Amino acid sequence: MKQDKLVIGGHEFESRFILGSGKYNVELIDAAVKHAGAQMITLALRRANSEGEGNILDYIPEGVTLLPNTSGARNAEEAVRIARLAREIGCGDFVKVEVIRDSKYLLPDNSETIKATEILAKEGFIVMPYMYPDLNVARDLVNVGASAVMPLAAPIGSNKGLVTKEFIKILIEEIDLPVIVDAGIGRPSQACEVMEMGAAAVMANTAIATAGDIVAMAGAFKSAIEAGRSAYLSGLGRVLSSGSAASSPLTGFLQE
Amino acid sequence: MERTNHMEYMEGMEQISSRIMEQTLEAMEAYDYNDFTNEDVRCALEKENLSPRDFGALLSPAAAPFLEEMAKRAQLETRKHFGNSVYLFTPLYISNYCENYCVYCGFNCHNQIRRAKLDMQGIEREMEAIAKTGLEEILILTGESRGMSDVTYIGEACKIAKKYFKMVGLEVYPMNVEEYEYLHQCGADFVTVFQETYNSDKYETLHLSGHKRVFPYRINAQERALMGGMRGVAFAALLGLDDFRKDAFATGIHAYLIQKKYPHAEISFSCPRLRPIINNDKINPKDVHEKELLQVMCAYRIFMPFAGMTISTRERAGFRDNVIGLAATKISAGVSTGIGGHMEEGEQGDDQFEIADNRNVDEVVAAIKEKGLQPVMNDYVFV
Repeated sequence: MKQDKLVIGGHEFESRFILGSGKYNVELIDAAVKHAGAQMITLALRRANSEGEGNILDYIPEGVTLLPNTSGARNAEEAVRIARLAREIGCGDFVKVEVIRDSKYLLPDNSETIKATEILAKEGFIVMPYMYPDLNVARDLVNVGASAVMPLAAPIGSNKGLVTKEFIKILIEEIDLPVIVDAGIGRPSQACEVMEMGAAAVMANTAIATAGDIVAMAGAFKSAIEAGRSAYLSGLGRVLSSGSAASSPLTGFLQE
Repeated sequence: MERTNHMEYMEGMEQISSRIMEQTLEAMEAYDYNDFTNEDVRCALEKENLSPRDFGALLSPAAAPFLEEMAKRAQLETRKHFGNSVYLFTPLYISNYCENYCVYCGFNCHNQIRRAKLDMQGIEREMEAIAKTGLEEILILTGESRGMSDVTYIGEACKIAKKYFKMVGLEVYPMNVEEYEYLHQCGADFVTVFQETYNSDKYETLHLSGHKRVFPYRINAQERALMGGMRGVAFAALLGLDDFRKDAFATGIHAYLIQKKYPHAEISFSCPRLRPIINNDKINPKDVHEKELLQVMCAYRIFMPFAGMTISTRERAGFRDNVIGLAATKISAGVSTGIGGHMEEGEQGDDQFEIADNRNVDEVVAAIKEKGLQPVMNDYVFV
């Protein structure tokens, strides 16, 4: 059987869990990555932009792919600048484009996101844009060179779960790139559901960072994501209605 | 002394078209904190998104018995939005010359204190000394004197700060949009202006002369700063100058209206209480006790959960250590409110106020870790 791998921009990953590194003690990152089985971890470039106490980069284990995000960017131009800075300080070519000009809900600005994605893709970045799940925007992102799309399930940090479920389903159906559900996933069961739906991967941060036991919760997400993926690959069973089939078939009137 | 009309702009002060002052003052006028019941407070605490009226309930005396519940909710919101990060910074006073006569302030122009202004070498030496402590964020302060610390002088200080720090904030006199634009180009990105009190009648009796006397120019400073391209602005009333509940309410509403109009703006609150100053024994923070201060901080947090909040060295270490992670997100360390306090020779100019927490950066970092929180020196990139 062919191995089930997540492919982003030509890079293969066995894990479908992208872990966040914000909002919890940097000393726990190593253990969280291990328990999550994560091969990719996001970090805010602005947190790596530090020489001193709490520079995230110093705490990320070797061999894990960095996915720097452009948080702090309010428009495409700023996102591009932050991405270039990330590359300069050695974060690699992956970038999660985040353009936010709303300090209250932190909702992404889709149109600026498309602009930034286009510029960065042309510069050779592997661009994974964080977006509000809009099919037209997702198609535009594909066309301008995105390597994945990262629709939000609910506002960042809200732990509200799959609020945008129907729209994410449409993206999974229509978009040929990996659809990675990002933001709002609050518990492992929700991550599992997303994977059952056919999402390529799940990205989670706050749900783990605010758990009682951060490392154990990273492990719980790992199991849920794997279970959801297996279910998707197995082909979910039909939902059977109660009662037996009708004795006279609806198509019984057809003549030969 | 003849007092000028404090609602009238002086020459050179830019007037922007904005209704925010009017709306803020109207809301404060209508706010009657005795109007709220325990039930109002319970309802407010059950809501996910609080209205300005709910915020008013949390600031009211009726909320006093709910302080523990408020603290729990505030902590939840702080964790949700900031995780366990606690940001560190220090203020740097580069000049204490002042042209204002504010009766409660140690820097006021009639107070006989040692005045000093750092030259560029002095600023550089101070910043170098501060940077060595590991800090990456600095807040540049001056007394309010356009004569002794003009915009170019502040701009040069920002340029030096850019070399030593990742993040540069300003707490200086209010200025015009293009002056903020200039300082933004010099590297500053955050502007703090304390309104002191939102009660304009009281304001008039406390700010007897100088530019600061002009109430509307000050209240519109945050908006002009954002128009000038600054990323974030901070709001504060000096609690205890007037009715602290009304002032805290107006501060929150002011911030709320600015955020609605400028959704990208990063909003934060400072929560200063009056502190004793040199040569004025009458001033002490007797009106706003720690309980009330915490109530205000929790109300800000629950009303605007995404806003930053700074806890000042005006408060004792025990209070500061317990409000970080609960409502406050940022704490100063290694603080001197005099001029030249970080250099070996010691201060050249006297302090603005007495501080209650003298701990250095290492000690504050250790205290943050002790609480299971994460000290963060920088979470910002200038773009």
